[in-house]
Amino acid sequence: MSDPIISFDKVNKWYGNNFHVLRDIDLQVGRGERIVVCGPSGSGKSTLIRCINRLEEHQQGRLIVDGVEMADDVKVVDAVRKKVGMVFQQFNLFPHLTVLENLTLSPIWVNKMPKKEAQEKAMQQLERVRIAEQAHKYPLQLSGGQQQRVAIARALCLTPKIMLFDEPTSALDPEMIKEVLDVMIELAGQGITMVCVTHEMGFAKAVADSVVFMDEGQIVERSNPHDFFNTPQTERSRDFLAKILGH
Amino acid sequence: MSATSFQPIAARPAPTDSRSLPAWLRRNLFGDWKTAGSTIVLGALLLWFVPQFLNWSLLQAVWAPDLKACRAAEGVGACWGVVAEKFRLIIFGRYPFGEQWRPLVATALMLAMLVASCTRPLWKPWLAVLWVVVLAVFFVLMYGNTLGLTKVETDRWGGLPLTILLATLSILMAFPIALAVALGRRSDLPAIRVFCTLYVELIRGVPLISVLFMASFMFPLFMPQGLTIDVLIRVLVGMTLFAAAYLAEVIRGGLQAIPKGQIEAAATLGLSYWQIQRKIVLPQALAMVVPSIVNSFISIFKDTSLVSIVSLYDLTGALDMAINADANWKPFKLQGYLFIALIYFIFCFSMSRYSQWVEKQVNKSKGR
Repeated sequence: MSDPIISFDKVNKWYGNNFHVLRDIDLQVGRGERIVVCGPSGSGKSTLIRCINRLEEHQQGRLIVDGVEMADDVKVVDAVRKKVGMVFQQFNLFPHLTVLENLTLSPIWVNKMPKKEAQEKAMQQLERVRIAEQAHKYPLQLSGGQQQRVAIARALCLTPKIMLFDEPTSALDPEMIKEVLDVMIELAGQGITMVCVTHEMGFAKAVADSVVFMDEGQIVERSNPHDFFNTPQTERSRDFLAKILGH
Repeated sequence: MSATSFQPIAARPAPTDSRSLPAWLRRNLFGDWKTAGSTIVLGALLLWFVPQFLNWSLLQAVWAPDLKACRAAEGVGACWGVVAEKFRLIIFGRYPFGEQWRPLVATALMLAMLVASCTRPLWKPWLAVLWVVVLAVFFVLMYGNTLGLTKVETDRWGGLPLTILLATLSILMAFPIALAVALGRRSDLPAIRVFCTLYVELIRGVPLISVLFMASFMFPLFMPQGLTIDVLIRVLVGMTLFAAAYLAEVIRGGLQAIPKGQIEAAATLGLSYWQIQRKIVLPQALAMVVPSIVNSFISIFKDTSLVSIVSLYDLTGALDMAINADANWKPFKLQGYLFIALIYFIFCFSMSRYSQWVEKQVNKSKGR
């Protein structure tokens, strides 16, 4: 890969003294590439993507995001966070602000955008996720699927180069998963770099350029979705696939 | 098995008889023998007490400041005459009699400002400026020594104006300190964390009375010769620091209830630490602890009555002074206390009602 936008180079991380959560991670993500990270719970996949926007700090190795090496420096962290949007499993919308205020908060306070302009851009993003008519409601008045679409729109308001998704559909009712996945698939068609932790194998098959399989803090396998699902390379990934596709 | 078609059931209204008066009585007061028993016992107590109290306090009461009539009614009716007689001493304490229009105007102004500050349309930056102006006017009116007003030393301030001044100022000053301390106790910097914890634990470890004693009697011993700080200011600082420690713990409780995800989401949006606190954490945390904050405010308001032990005559102190000094009226002290109890109640109850309104406002975003 000539010019990766995200590059992990022998990255290690521990929780406390004993829990070695990321072990010698080497991973390159190209510009515009769409990656799905999967693996059993506790395998370190959330931690991996949370390192990309410094919600977690790694202790060893190098992590470069869009040409900036991650370091314990407020300026570096701020610069990276402006380029990286994130969507969480629990939505994490701000319940005391309306949907529109959730979206305009960062453009107004971080990018110093005039309020009017911020609101117009926010409405565009809400239309993009097909929820513009809810702009003046409070998050808790919306369904889970609607909340997650608002969360996606909020992350897009900063026009990020990279979008991180941390199990975006795991907290949703089955009926709502599709509306969120539809938005994500649409987004995937627009050239933004995406790193998704998800167990939605349908999504992986439909849009991912490659699938990264993790177990016990290591990257076990990385291949394109077709190969991963049809001819998994390791026994560990075969087991995992059998479990999640088995029913 | 053949597929049956879906038959929607139309919505029906709830059974209505649960809302009629007999049904309500049965459910709430006479539901089972335990409920019925306690209803009867409590009802009997009320029937025994309320008429007697009304008789004593209203029907047989003496309203005029007439000592003879009061003595005659002793044991039968209340002597509200004592309030009529000592009214200005109770309300204004030792403030010079001829100048008492000044505390009256100052207090009215302060109360108007307090009420105004409670209304939403006025929550604008200039409200803070107005507060500074109002406090300045309050002090000029009370202290005088300028604009042709005679000087009145702070040790002669007293009664309701002093109570309101102490409560308002210590609440106004304690709140920002409490915010800072609450945030400080959760800081990543150990020095700040330790300092804030130490402050809270030290202050909470002593009663307010001893803080006031230290402020008024011990503190001057450590001051360099010739330099004195007014006792009112020392007491204010003591009360503020005391109130801030309790308030800080209340606010910290709210801070701890904010899910970590909120802070992470705000951080990924590029907000700085202070922006996160101001825009995301504090609005939610404070909204959650409104009842406890108002609880603290009410405590502070009532705690002002302790300043009488360091020779400041607030409402309670002024009543003591007014009645103890006059052997004739001393037997009717109880009525005096009931009177100021009513004043305290009006203030505390207003605060509690206001807190309910604020809760309603902040709960609007909770939806449903």
